[in-house]
Amino acid sequence: MIQIEEVKKKFGRLQVLKGISVLMRPSAAYALIGPNGSGKTTLLKSVLGLVRPDSGDIQLNGQSILGQWQYRQLIGYMAQISRYPENMTPVQIINMVKDIRQSQHQYDMELFEEFKIKKFENKPMHSLSGGMRQKVNACLAFMFQPAVIILDEPTAGLDPLSTEILKEKINGIRQKGKLVIITSHILSDLDEMITHVIYLNEGNKIIDSTLEQLHDRTKTEKLSHAIASIMNEENNA
Amino acid sequence: MLKIIKYVLLDIIRSRTVIGYTLFLLLTSWGIFLLDDSTSKSLISLVNIILVVLPLVSIIFSTIHFYNSYEFIELMLAQPVKRATIFTGSYIGAALALCLAYLVGAGIPLMIFDGSATAVTMIASGLMITLVFVSLAYLAASLTRDKAKGTGIAILTWFFFAVIYDALLLLLLFLFADYPVENFLLGITFLNPVDLARLMVLLKMDVAALMGMTGAVYSELLGSLKGMLVAGLVSLVWVVWPFLLSLRIFNKKDI
Repeated sequence: MIQIEEVKKKFGRLQVLKGISVLMRPSAAYALIGPNGSGKTTLLKSVLGLVRPDSGDIQLNGQSILGQWQYRQLIGYMAQISRYPENMTPVQIINMVKDIRQSQHQYDMELFEEFKIKKFENKPMHSLSGGMRQKVNACLAFMFQPAVIILDEPTAGLDPLSTEILKEKINGIRQKGKLVIITSHILSDLDEMITHVIYLNEGNKIIDSTLEQLHDRTKTEKLSHAIASIMNEENNA
Repeated sequence: MLKIIKYVLLDIIRSRTVIGYTLFLLLTSWGIFLLDDSTSKSLISLVNIILVVLPLVSIIFSTIHFYNSYEFIELMLAQPVKRATIFTGSYIGAALALCLAYLVGAGIPLMIFDGSATAVTMIASGLMITLVFVSLAYLAASLTRDKAKGTGIAILTWFFFAVIYDALLLLLLFLFADYPVENFLLGITFLNPVDLARLMVLLKMDVAALMGMTGAVYSELLGSLKGMLVAGLVSLVWVVWPFLLSLRIFNKKDI
C-alpha cells in the first residue's frame, strides 16, 4: 500500500507538484494520466526516491520512504526513457542487476521468454532499437517479483503483439495481489489494464476514482471518452 | 559497495583509456631514466612531468567517466542500493583504476631504476595527487548535469592549480617583497595540492631550496620530516573535502 500525503515539489520556479495526496492499495492497477508536464513522472520518481519532495510524506506499507533505500526491494521500475550502459549487452545488464539486488524470490523470466530477448541478448545496448530496449526494461521491472510495479509509458515503442503480452502480464500480477502504477498517453492501451484512474493537471489531482465509477459518472465506456468528457466539464465550469 | 566497484572497474577497463595512460607513464618514466645517467636528475625531470600530467589526466578522465556512467548510476538508483554507496563506489572505482595505472606506469620504473626512499615518496605523493584530482573531478561533475560545463569546470580547476595559482603567488611575493611573508607563504601553499605534492618530494630530496621560496621556508620552519608529514596530512584534507561535498550534493540531487 502506498500513501502519498501532500507532496509538493518545485523545480526552479516551476511548482510541478502542488500538494498531491493519493492512496494506492494492492491488487489494483492505477493509471496516472494527465497532459505533458502535469507532474506524473515527478510523482513516480518521488515514490522511487529519485526526486526528493520539498514537503509532504510518502509511505509504503505504513513506513515513510523519504531518505530510505531498502524499500526499493519491493519496487520494480520501468523508466520512460530506458538509459543503460551502452556497451553492455542485455544479458550482462540482467546479470548485473540480479547480482546487485540479491533477491530472495525466484526470478520471473516470463517476459524474457515471451519477448524473445534471447535473440538479441548478446548485442550491445547501443545497437538495439527502441522497442528492444523497452523489452529489456520491462523484463527487468518484473523479474524480481516486486510488490509494487511502476511503469512509466510502458507501451511507447512496443509493437502491438508485445503490448498485448505486457498487458496480460500486468493483469496477471495484479490478480496475484501486486500494486501496479502506470502512466501512459495512449489511453486505449490502458482500458484493459487498469482498475483506478488518477488524473493530474498542472500539479493538482483532478480525478481519483475507480474505472467503473468514472464510467458511471460520465456515462461512457472508454477511458479516452471519459477523460474527454471530464476535461470538457472542467473547461465549461 | 564491492559489487558497485567491480562493475565500475569493468566498465573502465573496457574503455581502454586507462591502459593508454599506463603505457604513456611507463614509456615516459622509462625513457627519462634511460636518457639520463644521474638518477637524481631523472627524478627531478620525472617529478615535473608527473605534476603536470597526473592532475590533468586524473581530473579530466574522472569527470568524463562520471558523466559517461550516468546511465549506470540511474539504473542503480532504481535498485535497493543506497545513494551514497553508488556514488562512493563510482569514486573508488575511478580512483582505483587511476592509482593502479600510476603504480604500474611510474611506480615500477621508479622502484627498478632508483628504489630509494625518494622514489617511495614520489610514488606516495603521486597517489595522493591522483586522489585529490579525482575528488575535485567528482565535485565538478556533481555541480552540473551538463557534461560540457562539468568538463569545463574540471579543466579550469586544473589550470588554476597548475598555472594561475603560481602566477598569483609570484605576484603576491613581488608586491610584498619588503615584508616578512614566510608564515603567510607557508599557509598559502596549503591551498594548492599540486604544490603540496611537489613539496613532499623535494623535501625528501633535500633540494627544497631549488623550488624557490616555499621550499626554503618549509625546510627552515618545519624541517624535512615534519614538513613532509604536514604536507601529506594537508593533501589528505584535499582528498576528503571535495569528495564529501560532492557526496552531499549528490545525495540531495533530483535525478
